Amino acid sequence: MEALTLLAQGFVVLLTWKTLALMLVGLVLGIFVGVLPGLGGPNGVAILLPLTFTMDPTSAIVMLSCIYWGALFGGAITSILFNIPGEAWSVATTFDGYPMAQQGKAAEALTAAFTSSFIGSLVAVLLITFLAPRIASFALRFGPPEFFAVYLLTFCSFVGLGREAKHKTIISMTLGLLLAAIGMDTVSGKLRMTFGFDPLLRGVNFLVAVIGLFGISEILLTMEERLALRGHSAAISLGVVLKVWKGLPRYWVTLLRSSAIGCWLGITPGGAIAASFMGYNLAKRFAKDPSTFGKGRIEGVFAPETAAHASGTSALLPMLALGIPGSGTAAILLGGLMVWGLNPGPLLFVEHKDFVWGLIASMYLGNLVGLVIVLTTVPIFAAILRVPFSAVAPMIVVSCAIGAYAIQNAIFDVWLMLLFGVVGYVFKKIGVPLAPFTLALVLGNRSEDAFRLSMIGAGGDLRVFWSNGLVGSITTLALILLLWPLVGKVLESAGRLWRPLKT
Amino acid sequence: MPETDTEIVVDDPTAPSEDSPAAATTRRVEVVVYLLLLALALLLGFDNWRSGMGWASDGPQSGYLPFYLCVILGGASLFGLCVVFMRRRDQEKTFVTRAQLRRVLQVFVPTFLFCLFMQWLGLYVASFLLVAGFMRFIGRIALWKSLLASFLFALAMFATFEIAFDVIMPKGPLEAAFGF
Repeated sequence: MEALTLLAQGFVVLLTWKTLALMLVGLVLGIFVGVLPGLGGPNGVAILLPLTFTMDPTSAIVMLSCIYWGALFGGAITSILFNIPGEAWSVATTFDGYPMAQQGKAAEALTAAFTSSFIGSLVAVLLITFLAPRIASFALRFGPPEFFAVYLLTFCSFVGLGREAKHKTIISMTLGLLLAAIGMDTVSGKLRMTFGFDPLLRGVNFLVAVIGLFGISEILLTMEERLALRGHSAAISLGVVLKVWKGLPRYWVTLLRSSAIGCWLGITPGGAIAASFMGYNLAKRFAKDPSTFGKGRIEGVFAPETAAHASGTSALLPMLALGIPGSGTAAILLGGLMVWGLNPGPLLFVEHKDFVWGLIASMYLGNLVGLVIVLTTVPIFAAILRVPFSAVAPMIVVSCAIGAYAIQNAIFDVWLMLLFGVVGYVFKKIGVPLAPFTLALVLGNRSEDAFRLSMIGAGGDLRVFWSNGLVGSITTLALILLLWPLVGKVLESAGRLWRPLKT
Repeated sequence: MPETDTEIVVDDPTAPSEDSPAAATTRRVEVVVYLLLLALALLLGFDNWRSGMGWASDGPQSGYLPFYLCVILGGASLFGLCVVFMRRRDQEKTFVTRAQLRRVLQVFVPTFLFCLFMQWLGLYVASFLLVAGFMRFIGRIALWKSLLASFLFALAMFATFEIAFDVIMPKGPLEAAFGF
């Protein structure tokens, strides 16, 4: 039970007035960001990142992760009251949440959403507490070839398992890897792809790209739509909360199933969006009366919310243990680690115990405090939507510019942010996924270094990636995942040959 | 019982109309994007070929991985072009309608000017102008509300970043006049 001792130490790190205050600020800002249209978890975290540049790493990560929890909670508010999913993973929550609000049961729906979010996160945090240190200590034995194999696995699973057109995923990923390679080559010291243009010497900063891709482009996309809203307002009373909580144990199967789905899809790059839909669909399939789903059934709120939050939280597990982000937001937090001077990866558990366990402790406390805040202050946050978007949009633009500039104090980065804003807008509209781009940009240099270090170690022999059982099986798995669509087709046609006549 | 009867209603006076004609089809935009990506792949590929894309005795040279990434990027873009041309023309979707494009430009152009003026006026003055102008001319919000909101916003940003968190932003003549 070493983990529990360390966790207790984490709470000690956390329980100072300053950290607790930052936690509250982070949660409130996060809920705010989650409620606003055109802003979500990743953008919110990216825009507010500059606030943390001068803090010590522990305070910074506590505040940022609390912004993330807050955004996760906030997304449910607009889904239920306005039928507008604040985030893609809240779409499934609208199916039953909005009908409940129309029937005058908005308070129940909100309570259900917040409570199940809390439960989902709690399961994922427990998983992180006990699993992450083990994975990290196992990964301490990794050398460059193993790390490269793990990176390769991450990239290949995006291409092979992603639902977008394969060539679009590949374009997005190679573009990210190429942009990551701009600037000084860390192994040979040569300049690459700078074309004698000085601002490019530093390379393309990951966070600048993210602020443009997610912040600015989201504003452009939001402006295209009609921004008029109609929705319900609601206040949650203690009676309603207790009533919903009393009914909770009846849905334990749904909650458990959704948590498991969420944790699995969060750790693998499946994502919270897939998790929420899967949670909802499975709950519907296993229900005795599936036809009542979509008409305001409380289980239809429990299932997707639990899965989405379990997934959003467990996405931090591979980031902490291996330095590989499981989601867009995790990728941004990873970018933050590098800004604060920490080196993400398994060594984090050894060298920065305070930091890691402070973060894990803040996940417990942040979710609990977040639950209390959203349950008590829903009317205030719902009222934020009364503020017209034409007032909010320019303020978001200003925050994005501040964020982009503050990272390296360069005006060039502000222009780069604008460019990425346009790129993100066009890519989203023609269906080029942005997640592989983000992942490639943040992992590009690390994976190239791992590749070239293993090449130097092996004297340029590619067989090093099959030199022992561990690295060999990871590399092989990566290649299988890359070719998964082909493998799937072959298996399918083989299956058809097996039983050719069904008439 | 919670009072769910009280509804929140927000209007959008300058919303794009539903029946606006298309300004561009997805097909055309996709073709342009793939051609640009192809050009980028050629340009970057050439630069990496120049800086050495071979395999030295101790592993790849510095241009090796980026060069092959360019090859993959170029190949995927060509494939994308083929997919677009193979697709039947009658299934074309609208990329953006004219009314939508006008709204998008209404955000983009002010943002562009904001980035431009930030260099001389400083971030805080430029953001005051951006927020006030946007609220007044695009949101059709009363002048005094726009001015007050943008002034308070710029002041809050200044207090947060410059004073509380020590994050240095570009500053212009106005801040200099106050001794910052």
